[in-house]
Amino acid sequence: MSRASVVPVSVDFAQTERFRYVLRLADTSLILGQRLSEWVGHAPALEEDLGVANISLDLIGQARMLLSYAGEIEAAGRDEDQLAYLRDQNDFCNLALVEQPNGDFGCTIVRQVLIDVWQLELLSWFDASTDQRLREIAAKAVKETRYHLRYSSGWLVRLGDGTEESHTRVQTSLNDLWKFTTELFTPDEIDRLAENAGVAPNLNVLRGSWLHRIDEILNEATLTRPDDVPYVWFGKRGEHTEYLGHLLSDMQYLQRAYPGVTW
Amino acid sequence: MVTMVDRVRLLDVETRDQRVWRILSAVADPEIPVLSIVDLGIVRHVRWSTDDEPEIGLTPTYSGCPATDFIRDSVRHALSVNGYPKAHLVEVLSPPWSSTWISEAGRVKLKDYGIAPPNCTTEAVGNPVCPRCEGSANEAVELISEFGSTPCKALYRCCVCLEPFDYFKPF
Ligand SMILES: [Zn+2]
Repeated sequence: MSRASVVPVSVDFAQTERFRYVLRLADTSLILGQRLSEWVGHAPALEEDLGVANISLDLIGQARMLLSYAGEIEAAGRDEDQLAYLRDQNDFCNLALVEQPNGDFGCTIVRQVLIDVWQLELLSWFDASTDQRLREIAAKAVKETRYHLRYSSGWLVRLGDGTEESHTRVQTSLNDLWKFTTELFTPDEIDRLAENAGVAPNLNVLRGSWLHRIDEILNEATLTRPDDVPYVWFGKRGEHTEYLGHLLSDMQYLQRAYPGVTW
Repeated sequence: MVTMVDRVRLLDVETRDQRVWRILSAVADPEIPVLSIVDLGIVRHVRWSTDDEPEIGLTPTYSGCPATDFIRDSVRHALSVNGYPKAHLVEVLSPPWSSTWISEAGRVKLKDYGIAPPNCTTEAVGNPVCPRCEGSANEAVELISEFGSTPCKALYRCCVCLEPFDYFKPF
């Protein structure tokens, strides 16, 4: 399905931008939720299996609310399921960070801390958004995200300030994943329009509060913040790493193989 | 003074609102079956289009709660078999559900069922009280897992009776 065939020409500019902006948020929650679900039945201990599964469920729930909203804005008859299961890789606009493989449990935790703090800061800001629906969705999601961060940061501190082995492993994962955080705070034209419309925050300001929180956690975990990388992966513009396609083939298999199938 | 409500009660006549709330009070939460959806505080409103068309506002507990669809089906079914096949269900997102909305009766039922009710005086901090020791073991509990068998519960262990128990998280 090509994008040209599903975005109706009658959609005005503001509507298109809003649709893309909400879709980015939705895809980021959806892809991370799907990634985390890969741990179900494989986590290091039963408690972590439950923990990661519950965070995954929350994220997929948030994605459902956001995808439904995106579908309503687009007004092209696509519902949350069609948006989740019937788009191709280049039409997904999640942050590249969340599509990265789980790696070991420590790597999953590093990725989770980076994204949990970002989500917490962003969702808290949405309380002042001019977009009422986003305000409502965020008010619900922010409470869940606080629990997610308690879980992920608690683990990062234990692993970072744990054994030499666990410290080395999470520091290596942090070094590997850090380059994907540039995208979180590099605005493109949709981010700028969203900011101008009072829908979304200034990303530079958001970065300040994110970094402050991240530094606190890294400090407690005795980890070193890596240097920033100037190159930006623009997952939110549909430029993905090689890993998203594999994830989608797994996630979308049933609907692709048996179109319209229901439970 | 005899209010309208008293008069209805005196006459033992049920209003349409009372009737619908009574029907909803019999719909159990699928994950904690001792609680009804009314105990849980997820029924936000009952409004009327016409006498046989109530609109029920429901709010999800957690956004990813897998029971949400099941609850909607149960509500639709309960209303349908009790004379309201045209009932209309709407999702209410705002304000978001809070564990402080669990009724007093619901908190007692939770405790009797072996789940520590949410500690609502201190948001998200403070330890639960072991539902088996009746509060005598205050603070003498340890967290086993931040996330339990469902998104709304954490797993604790009592250091006095040594039994693990679920804690309905303040949310
Ligand atoms: Zn006890």
